[in-house]
Amino acid sequence: MTNKNSIPNYLDQSVEVKARFEKLKNRDVILEVKNLTKVYKTNKGETTALKNVSFKTHKREFVCIIGPSGCGKSTLARVLAGLEGYSGGEVLLDGKPIEGPGRDRGMVFQGYTLFPWRTVKQNVMFGLEMNGMGVNQAGPEAELWLELVGLEKFANAYPHELSGGMKQRVAIARALVNQPRILLMDEPFGALDAQTRSKMQAHLLEIWRNIDITVVFITHDLDEAIFLADRILVLKAHPGEVMELIEVPVPRPRQLSQINSPEFLATKARLEALIHPHEEQESTEEPIQQRMIRFVNVADNVE
Amino acid sequence: MKAKFFVTGWFNVRQELSKERRKIIGWASFLLPILIWCTVSYVPFVWHPEVLVEKVGDVDYFQEGMRIDKAIYLEELANMKQQGKKAPQGEPANPIYLPAPHEVAKAFYNAFTTPPAQKDGLWMHQSLWQSIQVIFWGFVISSLIGVPLGVLCGTYSLFARLFEPFIEFFRYLPAPAFGALMVAILGIYDGPKIAIIVIGTFFQQVLVISNTTRKLDYSLIEAAMTLGTSKWKLLTNVVIPGILPSLYVDMRILLGWAWTYLIVAELIGTSSGITLYITQQARYQHFENVYAAIFIIGFIGLGTDLILAWLGRRMFRWDKPANKE
Repeated sequence: MTNKNSIPNYLDQSVEVKARFEKLKNRDVILEVKNLTKVYKTNKGETTALKNVSFKTHKREFVCIIGPSGCGKSTLARVLAGLEGYSGGEVLLDGKPIEGPGRDRGMVFQGYTLFPWRTVKQNVMFGLEMNGMGVNQAGPEAELWLELVGLEKFANAYPHELSGGMKQRVAIARALVNQPRILLMDEPFGALDAQTRSKMQAHLLEIWRNIDITVVFITHDLDEAIFLADRILVLKAHPGEVMELIEVPVPRPRQLSQINSPEFLATKARLEALIHPHEEQESTEEPIQQRMIRFVNVADNVE
Repeated sequence: MKAKFFVTGWFNVRQELSKERRKIIGWASFLLPILIWCTVSYVPFVWHPEVLVEKVGDVDYFQEGMRIDKAIYLEELANMKQQGKKAPQGEPANPIYLPAPHEVAKAFYNAFTTPPAQKDGLWMHQSLWQSIQVIFWGFVISSLIGVPLGVLCGTYSLFARLFEPFIEFFRYLPAPAFGALMVAILGIYDGPKIAIIVIGTFFQQVLVISNTTRKLDYSLIEAAMTLGTSKWKLLTNVVIPGILPSLYVDMRILLGWAWTYLIVAELIGTSSGITLYITQQARYQHFENVYAAIFIIGFIGLGTDLILAWLGRRMFRWDKPANKE
């Protein structure tokens, strides 16, 4: 927690928020990442995607992981899911090291990844069937979770008949039906339009409130991270390292109107300072160089 | 009405035509070749390089019903006129190997209604049935091994690495080259014929199907893994159901492939089936029968493919791209 003086606001927590964090930190640690390092070997040599990443997540916490492109946030999610291995350090779920993917860590991907040959209900039943539950038992169970995401009417529709937001709700139900310990979400609303997106955020918070689930949510959208998270893990790029674990001072329950509250703005200012520090120098992208030539009548101005 | 602007052009890049236009053009694709065939057959001044002699006149070597080169006919005609003898009469005609559409249509009809000329000869449909059986068994045997192997190669790199390099080599060996070998191994009847079709189909089949399997979106497999799917169940519950529609399309294409090997296959050992029918009819210069037999292979091929396509659309309702329009 450095830089206390530059933007003092975001560290100030109201009494309720402080109490909430106290309570949160007293809960069991569900996920512990210790000095996680991931090195890719490519033809051009080695690239360090993640370097000494450490953090702890408590039960029923909502963590957002944010960072510029190339900070390895997706890689981190995939390592947590067990879809990718890692080169050093430890990843512990309930104190046990992660070895490959498993039903205790559900995942929602940005590309919807629903099984197109299965109906909505059959998609939700998939996890149960794979874990040995009979179809007769899995059916009613799946319906229950479909109701939770408000899609019981679409139980017999095929994924291609759904909109993007609906597909992602099915994906959430499909992951939750397995009752995982944590739900990993890798930019799940990245492909949705702004309106659907904010609806989905509120919907997700509603689900999270009612279910015993810990959420690790990857995003590059600052507003999204602040709106959703208890704590935000900020990563920096090349190599992916933890910059700060920010406790979001915005009180819960969250509402869209809070987006202009001082706590929200203070947090956002802090995130912006971390992610885009001195824009010109650090940016890996080439600045847009333009030599503007006038192609229209000099007198015909639009601005 | 909404899409009026887009429907009006005939040459819009990668735009679907309207329903009526699709129908018209679809028929035209068959009618055009038939029209060309009719023109060549029925319009006397188009091609017609020969003359069908109707009255021999005084030309000693002419015979009634004989086809003769137009130049020779004209020369003899001039000769007779010069010598004051009786001139021959004839009509422009096409060579015997190009019968007119109505003759082929009649042959088509006769093939199913009049018994074969030879005592032990087969009806066309009997010959055809022999061929269909050869194709069927060839394709079934090839698929029984080829489909599972292709799916395994597309799913596990181990199998791909183990089988694909050799198959890649083997598929360049022309199937008919194995004819004599197959006769030596399997005898002269249906065995070697089926074997040729298997050899012709199998190697392509494995490669095509393994490629199709590899095209399955890997993120579906990842999603299944995060839902606790075991490795074996990934194959049966994700890979196989996921590729079925593409696999089905592959099989349709491969079945057409198998048909192309039929004629060569049936010439091996004792000729049989539609090939025997065709070669016999050609020997007696019954070319209208030859055309009828060739066309019926086309009809059967196109017919099965249309039925299979229709079945496919019904079976894979969930597959959006395949069911567009």
